[in-house]
Amino acid sequence: MRFLPTDEQSDFARTLRSLLGSAEVPAAVRAWADGDAGPARAVWSRLAGTGLFALAVPEDYEGAGLLPLELSLGFVELGRAGVPGPVVESAAVSVLLTELADEALAKRFLPGLAQGGAPATLTLPGGSPYALDADAAHCFTVSAAGELRLAAGHGARLGSTDPARRLSLPPAGGGELLAAGPAVIRAAGVAGRWARLLTAAQCLGVGEALLARTVEYVKQRTQFGTPIGSFQAVKHRLADTLLDLEFARPLVWAAALSPGPGEVAAAKLAAGEASYRAAMTALQLHGAVGYTEELDLSLWLRKARPLRDAWGSPSACRAEVLRSLTPARR
Amino acid sequence: MELAHTADVEAFRAEARTWLRAHVPARPLPSLETAEGFAAHREWEALLHADRWSVVSWPEEYGGRGVDIVKWLVFEEEYWAAGAPGRVAQNGISLLAPTLFDHASAQQRARVLPSMASGEAIWAQAWSEPESGSDLASLTSRAVRTAGGWLLTGQKTWSSRAAFADRAFGIFRTDPDAPKPHQGLTYLMFDLRAPGVTVRPIGRLDGKPAFAELFLDQVFVPDEDVIGEPGQGWRIAMSTTGNERGLTLRSPGRFLAAADRLVGLWRAQGDPSDTALRDRVADAVVGARAYELYTWANASRFAAGAAIGAESSLNKVFWSQYDIALHETALDLLGPDAELAEGEWAEPWVFSLAGPIYAGTNEIQRDIIAERLLGLPKGRR
Ligand SMILES: Cc1cc2nc3c(=O)[nH]c(=O)nc-3n(C[C@H](O)[C@H](O)[C@H](O)COP(=O)(O)OP(=O)(O)OC[C@H]3O[C@@H](n4cnc5c(N)ncnc54)[C@H](O)[C@@H]3O)c2cc1C
Repeated sequence: MRFLPTDEQSDFARTLRSLLGSAEVPAAVRAWADGDAGPARAVWSRLAGTGLFALAVPEDYEGAGLLPLELSLGFVELGRAGVPGPVVESAAVSVLLTELADEALAKRFLPGLAQGGAPATLTLPGGSPYALDADAAHCFTVSAAGELRLAAGHGARLGSTDPARRLSLPPAGGGELLAAGPAVIRAAGVAGRWARLLTAAQCLGVGEALLARTVEYVKQRTQFGTPIGSFQAVKHRLADTLLDLEFARPLVWAAALSPGPGEVAAAKLAAGEASYRAAMTALQLHGAVGYTEELDLSLWLRKARPLRDAWGSPSACRAEVLRSLTPARR
Repeated sequence: MELAHTADVEAFRAEARTWLRAHVPARPLPSLETAEGFAAHREWEALLHADRWSVVSWPEEYGGRGVDIVKWLVFEEEYWAAGAPGRVAQNGISLLAPTLFDHASAQQRARVLPSMASGEAIWAQAWSEPESGSDLASLTSRAVRTAGGWLLTGQKTWSSRAAFADRAFGIFRTDPDAPKPHQGLTYLMFDLRAPGVTVRPIGRLDGKPAFAELFLDQVFVPDEDVIGEPGQGWRIAMSTTGNERGLTLRSPGRFLAAADRLVGLWRAQGDPSDTALRDRVADAVVGARAYELYTWANASRFAAGAAIGAESSLNKVFWSQYDIALHETALDLLGPDAELAEGEWAEPWVFSLAGPIYAGTNEIQRDIIAERLLGLPKGRR
């Protein structure tokens, strides 16, 4: 047993981190929110160069195999950098199509997804009714009856509390029918679980970014003649934030190692709550400047809450955790 | 990264499980915070020791099995899952023993460890004083040089299980003129029945004499009972507090077992429409799992050579808060029966309430986390 990332895994995360650190992601987020997808696409294509998107696609279709652990480590970095776009959904679509094992569909979509050039978004039964970023991605939908469709365009746009999440209703009429039946329902279940796992990883990264920025801020912001970071009330909130994140992290790793429903729900619950609490702490400790959209901190502040609720609210995750318990633990 | 154990570890688990199944008392022992319970627990520890299960991680020469941290954690999982009794020898095993392994002479280890392993000598921790709690370095109990040893004078307090224990370990001021409070302290061991020692039990919230005050009046301690160099007491004491806050005092096995019992209680008498309570049960399950996994990650780090550091403070705040939340949830599930003092959850709940206070209060731990792990500036203390 060695419950730590291997050197290779850590190197991969580090590579992503430094790539994203120099990619001017905040500007891309703001452009994305304004409807200009160009800068975000440039970030994605640099990410694609690392092989990130290939980690959700089998080798037969130009992928690297389905590697949830590596992918999760990567999604922590996406969260840390605040990368916009339907990254979780694109990976979930890859998983859905892989699980369906329909040769023609796989050939048609998976290579593009592996290369990051053809992002996709997805709505599933029981999930959010709103498609994320459908105006910049292929919009897949699975109906309660088990019909997988590729929508043509998208329905009415709806504003999100995070302007960088561009929501819309799936278009009326459904679009091209790609597959139907129990196999679709089953594949959608697996895809939904991956979406939940990767959202958990993203939450962890968002929380880490919020904590790091806040720690830096309270060291340099001075009031009463001393850095506010020397005040105990400030310190203790940040200590609690670290605590939340550090105890969520191993849940995310474990879920990536064995993505069963209970493990994934536990990871999403803990990481989602940790990042949202990190956001509340970051906001409070920045004071009024934290309450402005001007400060880049706002990009993560606004993301934390929607991500906490996306692909399984805390309540849904708690119910799943209990449902998945076998009567005796061992 | 992986979580699967080797076949060797699983074989060890099976051996432990078999032994525990055959030996764990069918009915819970009386509370170890009573004279009767203490005696019963001592017998249990002797039984554990006879088959070398009392201190599995110690070297064989002291009664252990020399197992690594992974097997120790697995043993703990089995121990608590089997419903085995709490350990009266715990303070000695988790605090004094690591200190001895790191700082004592071979002769001291040979003299002290075997009787600790067998439960023959139960140890109490004599650190806190009435005026020195969080600010432990301000302590004033003295040890004064005399022929062949030292004479202890002063008062210690909140000493867990000292009401029934045999010996104690603590820090004493040997150089009152040292320029700083952390200097001039000496770490030593003494007999709770030595002339000059008065032990006054203190009832905790539920009235049980779970800790005691110690009045020391010229108590003789031979040189051979000084651990490390005189004057180095603070450094020695601090080098082992990581154990107290960290894993050895509160291994995840304990919380996994408690969470299992809680789920059982919820299934038996939870109201399905009370989703708020259901959510707290789920949180207890997730918390136990998080603590378990966090510990496995740390165990992997230790196995790779890392030392216990300030992250033991994260551990301490986590398990102490977790323990209270879990027990409060159990009481809420019990409704009116929660009040019954003899109930299964009553004593563990009372015990959980002390978690944020002992082993360094959570306020002090948060300071350590903020300053040492986040690098925030020191404030006024
Ligand atoms: C069940 C139990 C068992 C114990 N067993 C032992 C034992 O076996 N041996 C032993 O030596 N001791 C033992 N203790 C004592 C324990 O170590 C002390 O209680 C602890 O160190 C706190 O000291 P205090 O109680 O004097 O509280 P104080 O230090 O007076 O603190 C009171 C409150 O003030 C807060 N406070 C103090 N300083 C600060 C600061 N700088 N910043 C913010 N808040 C602060 C504390 O966090 C706390 O909330 C035990 C205590 C309990 C409850």
